[in-house]
Amino acid sequence: MASETITTSEYIKHHLQNLTFGQKQTEIEPGVWAPSGELGFATSAQEASQMGFWSINVDTMFMSILLGALMMWFFRSAAKKASAGIPTGMQNFAEMVIDFIDDTVRGSFSGGKNNLIAPLALTIFVWIFLMNLMDLIPVDLIPMAVAQGAAVAFGADPHHVFFKIVPSTDPNATLGMALFVFVLMLYYSMKIKGPGGFAGELAFQPFGKWALPINLVLETVTLLAKPFSLGLRLFGNMYAGEMVFILIATMYGAGLVLGSFAGLLQVGWAIFHILIITLQAFIFMVLTTVYLDMAHQEHH
Amino acid sequence: MNINATLIGQMIAFAVFVAFCMKYVWPPIMQALEERKKKIADGLAAAERGRHEQELAEKRAQQVIHEAKDQANDIISQAQKRGNEIVDESKDNARVEGERILNSAKAEIDQEANRARDELKTQVGGIALAGAGKILGREIDEKAHTDLLDELVSRI
Repeated sequence: MASETITTSEYIKHHLQNLTFGQKQTEIEPGVWAPSGELGFATSAQEASQMGFWSINVDTMFMSILLGALMMWFFRSAAKKASAGIPTGMQNFAEMVIDFIDDTVRGSFSGGKNNLIAPLALTIFVWIFLMNLMDLIPVDLIPMAVAQGAAVAFGADPHHVFFKIVPSTDPNATLGMALFVFVLMLYYSMKIKGPGGFAGELAFQPFGKWALPINLVLETVTLLAKPFSLGLRLFGNMYAGEMVFILIATMYGAGLVLGSFAGLLQVGWAIFHILIITLQAFIFMVLTTVYLDMAHQEHH
Repeated sequence: MNINATLIGQMIAFAVFVAFCMKYVWPPIMQALEERKKKIADGLAAAERGRHEQELAEKRAQQVIHEAKDQANDIISQAQKRGNEIVDESKDNARVEGERILNSAKAEIDQEANRARDELKTQVGGIALAGAGKILGREIDEKAHTDLLDELVSRI
């Protein structure tokens, strides 16, 4: 446990709260809140939710952009060194990853030549993998470091500084990525089939033109279910995984016997989690490829 | 866990990373991989070609060795034939030469014998004359009896 003064429930809640930046609210009369015109970090879950849509989870954005930049730097340096000669070291690794992605995309995408799909799949796979990988860092390490750092640097109360280092446990991150995929799906559907063809696909399937309203409802639900399931599947898996890590971490304060048992559990869960983080990244990538492939297919 | 503008931020970040990857990462690496594939394929083809050429060369070498052996056999048999011929020729030559030498030796021997006989006749005539002279004293005139003596000598 982080400290003697907080309960297990508080500890868990603290770990599940993002560092949210937005417009603070004030209670003008009991039960009625209004923007105070002051920008700042939320110091509690309630404050964060009151900030509404126009606030931002700084920890999610910071970690995801940092990891994305790291990934781009790595692959860019590999791309600069790429030649037809014998690859060495990290170059070899980068090429192995790219070859793997290329094979997978070739296997599940049949919509002809598209220069976007493969780089998209690479970005999704490596980025999500890196974001998920943050789950394996001990749950208290970076949040506590950030909290103490903020306390020293800005005089903030360490108990009210939140920091979630796993961006994929934030539904904003996973749904944001899924929505981008959704935008691409719509774009390619329109581009390949034309707006009329796309609308026809929604309206005249699967029961023919006499059941148009039913078709429209069914197909719209099917269409919308794709990005939501994509985003929520990743979020759900990572959230549950992190939750297990947090629960194991709460056992460390419960004496030597339970503490060492918790250590064992943590190692076991971490090893199992390596599988999950890779699998979830892979699933997100393959499903994106398949959805975009479906957007390229003309139904008759 | 609130849905907020992070959603849009994440979409923008995602789009930027995908665009970067599409422009600066994927094409150069794929190009390098394709080039390497081509290079390896070329190398394998060259190796295949080399092996084929080696096979051909081995066959040619076998042929050359075969021909050389045939030629060598020909030369050896020719040489043997020629050797035999030379030996035969030499034998003939030797026999002819031997006969010639023999004949000339015989002729010489005959000549010598005749000469010796003639000389002997002359000497015997002389001795007989001398003997007869001693026996008859001075009665015999050398000049008067030369004809008689010559006759005597030729009869010996």
